[in-house]
Parts: sequence; C-alpha cells; structure tokens
Amino acid sequence: MTSNGVRPAAVTARGWGWRHAGRPRPAVQGLDLDIGPGERVLLLGPSGAGKSTLLHALAGVLGDSSAGAAAAGSPTSPADSGDADETGSLLIDGAPPRAQRGRAGLVQQDPETQVVLSRLGDDVAFGAENLSVPPAEIWRRVHEALDDVGLAGLPLDHPTAALSGGQKQRLALAGILAMRPGLLLLDEPTANLDPAGVLEVRDAVGRCLDKTGATLVVVEHRVAVWKDLVDRIVVLQPGSAAGSGVLIDGPPDRVLAQARDMLIAAGVWVPGHVPPARARAGTGAPDGAGLAAGPAAGPAAGQLLLAAENLAVSRERPRRAGPRGGFRSIPPRPVQSGITAQVRAGEALTITGPNGSGKSTFALTLAGLLRPVSGAVSATLELSAGAGIDPYKWKADQLIARIGTVFQEPEHQFVTGRVLDELMFGPRHLGRGEERVDELLERLRLAELVDANPYTLSGGEKRRLSVATVLAAHPQVLVLDEPTFGQDANTWAELASLLSGLLDAGTAVVSVTHDEEFTAVLGGTQLSLAAPGAGAPHRELPGVAAP
Amino acid sequence: MREALSLGGNHALLTRANPLAKFTAVVLITLVLALSIDWVSASVALACELLLFPLAGLGPTLLWRRGWPLILAAALGGWSTAILAPDTGSILLDAGIWSISAGSLQLGLGFMLRGLAIALPAVLLMSCTDPTDLADALAQNAKLPHRFVLGTLAAMRLVGLMAEEWQTIGMARRARGVGSHGNPYQRVRATLGQGFGLLVQAIRRASRLAVTMEARGFGGAQRTWARPSTFSGLDLWVLLGGLGIAAAAVAAALAAGTWNLVFLTRQ
Repeated sequence: MTSNGVRPAAVTARGWGWRHAGRPRPAVQGLDLDIGPGERVLLLGPSGAGKSTLLHALAGVLGDSSAGAAAAGSPTSPADSGDADETGSLLIDGAPPRAQRGRAGLVQQDPETQVVLSRLGDDVAFGAENLSVPPAEIWRRVHEALDDVGLAGLPLDHPTAALSGGQKQRLALAGILAMRPGLLLLDEPTANLDPAGVLEVRDAVGRCLDKTGATLVVVEHRVAVWKDLVDRIVVLQPGSAAGSGVLIDGPPDRVLAQARDMLIAAGVWVPGHVPPARARAGTGAPDGAGLAAGPAAGPAAGQLLLAAENLAVSRERPRRAGPRGGFRSIPPRPVQSGITAQVRAGEALTITGPNGSGKSTFALTLAGLLRPVSGAVSATLELSAGAGIDPYKWKADQLIARIGTVFQEPEHQFVTGRVLDELMFGPRHLGRGEERVDELLERLRLAELVDANPYTLSGGEKRRLSVATVLAAHPQVLVLDEPTFGQDANTWAELASLLSGLLDAGTAVVSVTHDEEFTAVLGGTQLSLAAPGAGAPHRELPGVAAP
Repeated sequence: MREALSLGGNHALLTRANPLAKFTAVVLITLVLALSIDWVSASVALACELLLFPLAGLGPTLLWRRGWPLILAAALGGWSTAILAPDTGSILLDAGIWSISAGSLQLGLGFMLRGLAIALPAVLLMSCTDPTDLADALAQNAKLPHRFVLGTLAAMRLVGLMAEEWQTIGMARRARGVGSHGNPYQRVRATLGQGFGLLVQAIRRASRLAVTMEARGFGGAQRTWARPSTFSGLDLWVLLGGLGIAAAAVAAALAAGTWNLVFLTRQ
C-alpha cells in the first residue's frame, strides 16, 4: 500500500481462453500468465493474438459467457452456441475482474470515445462517482489526477470537446487515476496521436506509475515508445488448436534480442529497425511502376497538375447572419489561411504541422472535397482534361478519375458489402479500368479476401483496401490523410513501397503525415503549416532525400 | 451543434437557478397555454417571456440564431391558419379557396403567438441550462434512474460528433465517386448510403463509449454525486415567476373574455 491508497494488483491466468459471441474460434486459448503487483508489462503479438481481448477481460467489460469455468475440458463446437465462451480462469488478486469494479482502469485507442462528459472536471469525477466515493474526496482526487497527467492548468469547466487527442487521452488517464486502480490497462492509447501527443501520454503514464506503484499492462506495437517504461515484455501468439498463449516472456532487452526477427516478421515496430520500403528510383528502372502505368500515358514528371493560391480553409459552411443581417451568409472563420502550394506529377508533397493547424482541412480542400473560404484551388489542363478549373465543382466521377483521396478512417469510404465490389465500384462507374482490379488485389494482398465484408477486416487490411479502392479509379493525384496512423510495420512498408512506385510512375502524392520515416521514403517537398494564431508564415522545406 | 449545447461564457442570473426549477416553471407556462387558443393569454405570456430573456443572457441576435426555426414555424403556422380557417367576420383578402377574414386572421395571430409563447420558454431553458446540470437535477432531485439519465447525457455528446461525422462521410463517399448529382432517385440512394455509413459509425462509437463507461464503474446500483444539485432562494423566485406568468395569462384572457378551453370549443 503506497501513501495515496493504491494497492498494486496481481494478475493470474490459468489455462484462460475466450471465444467472442458468434465467432467460430477463440480469441485467446490456454493462456498461462502471472503478473506480480507493480510489474509493468508491454504486451506484443501479431493482430489476432487476443491482446485486446485480454485487456477487456481484465477491465471486466467483456460481457457474460455462457459456460464460464464449467466449459474447461469440454470443447464447444462453433455451431453450438451464439454466446461467448470462457475457459480456465483469469483473476485479479485472486478474484474475477467483473466482481471488482474500479480495481482495473482501461484506456482505449479512440480519444473521442474516452471522454464521457462535456466538462473537464466532471469527466474526471465520473469514475469516482460510480465507485461511490464521497464528494469532497472526489474533488480532492480530481485535482490530484489532473495535476498528475499535466492538465491542471485548465479550468474544471473547460469543454472536453476543445481538447486535442493527446489531451483527451491524458484526461481519460486522469479519470482512471481518480478511481485509484491497482491495475492500469492501456489498449493502444497512442495509436491515433501525433508524435507530441504520444510523448505527452507516455510521460503522464510514467509519472503516475512512479507515484502510485500500480501494475501496468499496455498493448502497443510501437515498442520504442514504451520500452524504457516497462520492465517486462510478453509476446502472445494467435490461438491455434495446439494451444496458444505466451510465446516469449522476459525483460525488454532480452526479448527484443531473442525475438527480434520474429517480431519484425509479425509487423511489430522494433526499436532501431525501419521496415525496408522500395526506394524512389534515381535513374534506374522503377520496379513497382507496372501498377501505375495505366492505359493512357500520364503527364511528364514535374508537370504542374494542381495549385493552391493564397488559400483559406475551413470545414464549416457559411452560416446565416442575425436578425439585422437577415439571410445574408457569413463566411466561416478559416482554420488556416494564406496557403500556397503546387502539386506536380511524380512528386510528393507532405503536409505537416501541429494539431489544429488545418492540415487535413487543407488536403481535403486541395482534393476538391471542401469549398475554399477564400483563394483558389485550380487544376491545370493536364489534370482537368475538360472538366473545368475548379475541382470542387467537378462531378463525383470526374473527381475520382483525377484526384483520389484516402481518408484517415477507412470505414468512412466503404460503400458496398464485399471487398471485390468495393474495388470494382470506381471502375464500374467510370466504365473503364476493371482490368486493374486483379492487379491491385494481388499487389495489396487482398486476393484471399474478395468475398469478405470490408467492415470485418483487420485494421491493416482495411487500410490496404481503402488505398486500393481509390487507386482503382486511376487518379493522377493521390491525397492521403495520415495513411500510416496506427499501422503495423508490415502494412507501413507495403504502403510506402506502393506509393514510391506510384510516384516513379508519374502520380502526384499529397500526404498529411507526422511520420518522418514515411516522408523520407517519398521525398519531395514538405509544407509545414503553422499553429492556429501563430501568425508565422508557412514554411516550405526541401524534402528529405530518399535513402 | 456542440457549441450550442454548452453555455459558453453565459453568466446571467438564470444560469444559477436549479434546472429542475426552471424546467417546472417552463412546464407550467406551456401547460396553461396549451389549454386555450386565444391571442390574449398568448400575448401576455409572450410579453412576460421576452422580458425574461435578458435574465437568461439571451439578446435578440442570439435569440434569433437559436430560435429562428421555431420563430419561422410559428409564423408559417399562423399564416396557414389565417388562410385556411373558416371565415368569420369581414373578408380582408380573397383569392379563390384561400381567404383571410377578420375572424381567421385573429385565429391565425393567436395561433402564431401561442406557438411562440410555448416554444420560446424551451429556447430560454436550454440557453441558460447546461445539459450536465439538467441531468444532475433530473437524477438527484427528480429521482429519475441515474443510468438512464447519464447514459442519455453521454449519448448527447456523441450527437455533436455525429454531425461532424456526417460531413466527413459525405466527403469520403464523394471521394469514392458517390455524388450528390444525378436524378432524385440517385440522390435519395446516395443519402441512404451515407445514412447507413453514419449508422455504422454511430454504433461503433456508442459501443466503445459504453465500454469506457463500464470500465469506469458505471452501471452499479449506487453512486455518489460530485455535483450535488441543490435549491436556493432563486429557485423559489423561478417557480413563482412561472406560476405568475401562467396565472397572468389566464387572468388576462378571462378578463378579456377570450379564454376558451380547447377541448370544450368543438360543439
């Protein structure tokens, strides 16, 4: 027991397994694991190894199972029941997690759904209220928790909607700390954050652990971020008939040395290893270029395709004035203004900048999806080919054949219920290019999944599919919003190689990204947008040369 | 949308009143006005309400911005009543089947004023009440089940998020070649598809939020409240105010002889 009332928790798993309702195979099977009080564990493993399932079970939020411990030794056939199935035992301090509300606290990946209430202080208090902590004690804990996560500078009635992603995740952490849990469970808490946000969250977690001595289990495939904070790495392997569970277990340095190749093969971001991606061609023949060479020869490299001139951007639409102004429309306040940029065939343009600097908004405006507040986006004749100068006014099928946009969240772009239909959608609308689909399926390793529902794919598969669907319409300009966010190293390398090949074949690639390694592979120019209100001019930097 | 749900910098007197007291006062006024169609009670209530708006920190500009759909709807309702109601008294305007008489104009005016007098207190309530405080009061003072109240409150926060998501999905689908162009059938189909996309995202978000809330111990039978919802002397005034406006409206209508209970007028 430490000074502030936190009793670190111990975790014991004995032959534990879990099958989600309606799934044929268990997510975890035969897991044996002991985590001592105060230990800090990084949980690794390929996707499908059941990492999140384990965290959810420890957090007591998995729902009910039909059989419980009775099912041990009696294999259930898939068709048997639609209910979830639990085997073996998983205990915190010798008792089931569901029986001990507040003993473990969970932070998940999506910052938007980690916030419950609309005022900062109320949100932190929420968990403590649910545990029936006396009100005076709650506010003491709220102040302490906000201080611990570095948010004490904000007023208690600060709107939670106005927080950045990193701040939201730290707020979620504060809400959990106010419950005084003995076990902190973090499920990819930094996957959706920019580099500054990642460090904010990591450091806040470190400070809190040092103070409370709580046990930590974190799932995250960027090992470098957490390596120095944990004292043990556990690698899980996907469930199989032969039994699954822990593959390797030990101190970080030893595990990383022993299992380095295996982890790299599984797509884990191992420190000091940049996944090999196809380099941009200097003079030699491009090897990945075959894909991009479409029926019509593209414009020569360096040819100007799209230009932004003194552009001001906003996601908001013009709104109506007050009673005195009648129905006159007021233009929205731009999130960023004075942007000038050029998009050229075969060249990469990378847009960087802090949170809220309007990077994505600019990219979407450039892509003809948002109307500029002021200034202009104009397509040259090479790109527009008769469709007119303003991409925002193009019809949808004119747009996709010229500018392809890949959104940050792949699911936003799914329009059918089957992978193959998804890929055929663009070509069918355009009435050409269906022959490219097979090639894309092969190139992006989707051939096995043609009949699957896009929504059921893994994160990496969804990302590959969303890129493939946009490429199927064969656009000359490709715009990508944070394409590498939360991706494992294998998907990252595939994506970087593909884009490098497209660039060499004459496609222009515009990407909004914080990923320096990714930028290094693509080369080209970097446009750095200033923070809102900073007043500084936007810098255009020479691109980092391809390695 | 999200801004509209928070109080921003509003520090007017009525923001400090207990939401349940304000809610009760609004219900009182609304109930009384729903009883009669006459322009006297409606105008008296409306005049009193307009006097109260400064106390809620609501100027004419803000009132218009928050309430213009209601104001427009009331005006339209009044207009259509005026032209469609059976004619009584002298005919003021005659255009075939549409005609306005002194009687129907009075009825239409009464209808419009009543619509405004009923709708504006709700605008008033929402502009000086934080949803979180309202939820606190409903759960603690009105003893509504806290799981239901807090669940609704958390879901309301997602509604603002959904409005942003609708726009993003619209753009994401345009980037796939699903346009808002084409004939009405194609447009309806595109909108339905976008709605389906939003539904999927809403369900995902909602289930993740549910996990977040459950992981923070939500769902137990007992809980404490970090923000005790209390009543003060101000709340007595709020209740008396509501009662006063309702009584004044009825008294004025009775005195003017225009009071007619809606369920007794049909002969």
